[in-house]
Amino acid sequence: MKTVAARPESLTGAQYHYCPGCTHGIIHRLVAEVIDELGIREKTIGICPVGCAVLAYDYFNCDMLEAAHGRAPAIATGIKRMLPENVVFTYQGDGDLASIGMAEILHASARGEKITVIFVNNAVYGMTGGQMAPTTLLGQVTTTSPYGRKAEVEGYPVRMAEILAENEGSAYIARTTVNKPANVRRTKKAIKKAFEIQQKGLGFTMVEILSACPTNWGLSPVQALEWIDENMIPYYPLGEFKNKEA
Amino acid sequence: MGKILMKGNEALAEGALIAGCQGFFGYPITPSSEIAEYMARKFPQLGGIFLQAESELAAINMVYGAAATGARVMTASSGPGISLKQEGISFIAEAELPCLIVNISRGGPGLGGIQPAQSDYFQATRGGGHGDYRLIVLAPSSVQEMMDYAIEGFDLADRYRIPVMLMAEGTLGQMMEPIYVREPVKPAIEKPWATTGCAGRSPNIINTLHLSPEVLEHRNQHLQRKYDQLQANESRAETFMTDDADLILVAFGLMSRVVKKAVIEARKQGIKVGLIRPITLWPFPDAIIKEAAEKAQMFLSVEISMGQMIEDIRLAVDGAVPVDFYGRIGIIPNPEEIYSEIIRIAEREGF
Repeated sequence: MKTVAARPESLTGAQYHYCPGCTHGIIHRLVAEVIDELGIREKTIGICPVGCAVLAYDYFNCDMLEAAHGRAPAIATGIKRMLPENVVFTYQGDGDLASIGMAEILHASARGEKITVIFVNNAVYGMTGGQMAPTTLLGQVTTTSPYGRKAEVEGYPVRMAEILAENEGSAYIARTTVNKPANVRRTKKAIKKAFEIQQKGLGFTMVEILSACPTNWGLSPVQALEWIDENMIPYYPLGEFKNKEA
Repeated sequence: MGKILMKGNEALAEGALIAGCQGFFGYPITPSSEIAEYMARKFPQLGGIFLQAESELAAINMVYGAAATGARVMTASSGPGISLKQEGISFIAEAELPCLIVNISRGGPGLGGIQPAQSDYFQATRGGGHGDYRLIVLAPSSVQEMMDYAIEGFDLADRYRIPVMLMAEGTLGQMMEPIYVREPVKPAIEKPWATTGCAGRSPNIINTLHLSPEVLEHRNQHLQRKYDQLQANESRAETFMTDDADLILVAFGLMSRVVKKAVIEARKQGIKVGLIRPITLWPFPDAIIKEAAEKAQMFLSVEISMGQMIEDIRLAVDGAVPVDFYGRIGIIPNPEEIYSEIIRIAEREGF
């Protein structure tokens, strides 16, 4: 009998705590499959954020650390500098990476730290209950932008992939989504490329993944996946923004 | 080898290298920057890592990551920068990551000034950030001790899995003295908890989140047991002419050397004075002070602050005798000033 699908070795099998319809689970699995396929589980060290993925150390079956809010890229820097032969990744949300951790991510990229950042952008603070994020879209209603985000009050959503692609230290920057099977496959390809470029030592790598948060968007899981197409992709275009290998 | 002339900050940095320090992550601030500059010059040749971070926040989190790999690593800063590091220090304390944090202290509050001060005493000895935790805090009083305590600090950090702070007044960082350079140390402590990749073992997790109240309390009790052990075994002080003293002055760091001079002068006048110099600011040498309080008539805390250590002296003395205070800030009181204070108290109290 041939096994056609199994849990990746790089996942522990612990039951996820994520809400129904949340796409963190898919993204965890993709990262784990890539680690398995590259055969790097035993030399990979991951860093979790503060946010919905704070418990990711229970799910990834490799050495893991949990960071203070936004500081994962600095911790990753400390690890990678001491252990340059290891593979280091951070897993961060939009509040963590694009708000409180803006300085850490920008400078990790500018220094060309040889790490891989998995950036899950769902346009909202999930764990704290649906507050406005730096990536919240104009007009989007959140608990702290109850009348919809207005440019003149809250400013504009930040496009991290485009910003970081400008840094000379960035070697691979892509934006993908996981709202349909074809996009899931593209996301996996991008994650793999990011890890490979890290291993080649070319510089900083990041995959920004547009992710669904049905709970805080007030949508059904299916509607949430459609909302990514209708609202997020027009503002956050998919694609490779930097590829030093290409 | 004979003595060589070294600047305090450089002696400290060299001490860290002697202790086998492999990484320095920092951000420039006066009067501590020579430590970073020394490491920036030395590490490329030694194969260690020097990295100037984008901020104090990033620097302490780089220390978190680097210490998690099991390497001996450090950072150095001064008051305002140490304040910024507090978030990371709280995480490091709970994650039980050994490292050395240096505060070449200056006067505050706010931006304060770059003149010497001891007004970060509360911050250093009470943990400094959020949550119930402590650091071991070592207070050198000479350039020689800047080197020696850096070496010892790394040993204590590894032995107890605790961040160790070395706190010295800016003056001590900036001044030069002849010192003996110590022999290189080979760190011997195994770190099976380090996150180095899980080859041949199950994954290691370094985490400070404990959502279950039982686990959270258990973690805090675990830390507390370590702190109790430190208080029982590692508190240290130097005593000078305290046996028959009516008046005991308490001072740490460079200040203690000034006080010692004044004590010697007062003794020449037949006044029975002595000095206790806490070497570990935390754990504070309570027992030594408590014991001295059984014979002495009075204590005088001399600090380059508006009075912080005096609270710990009062706790140790526990009401047995009065504790007086003399302090300046930004200015180290000179021996004559301290001597005059001793005379004033001696005349008032009839010592």
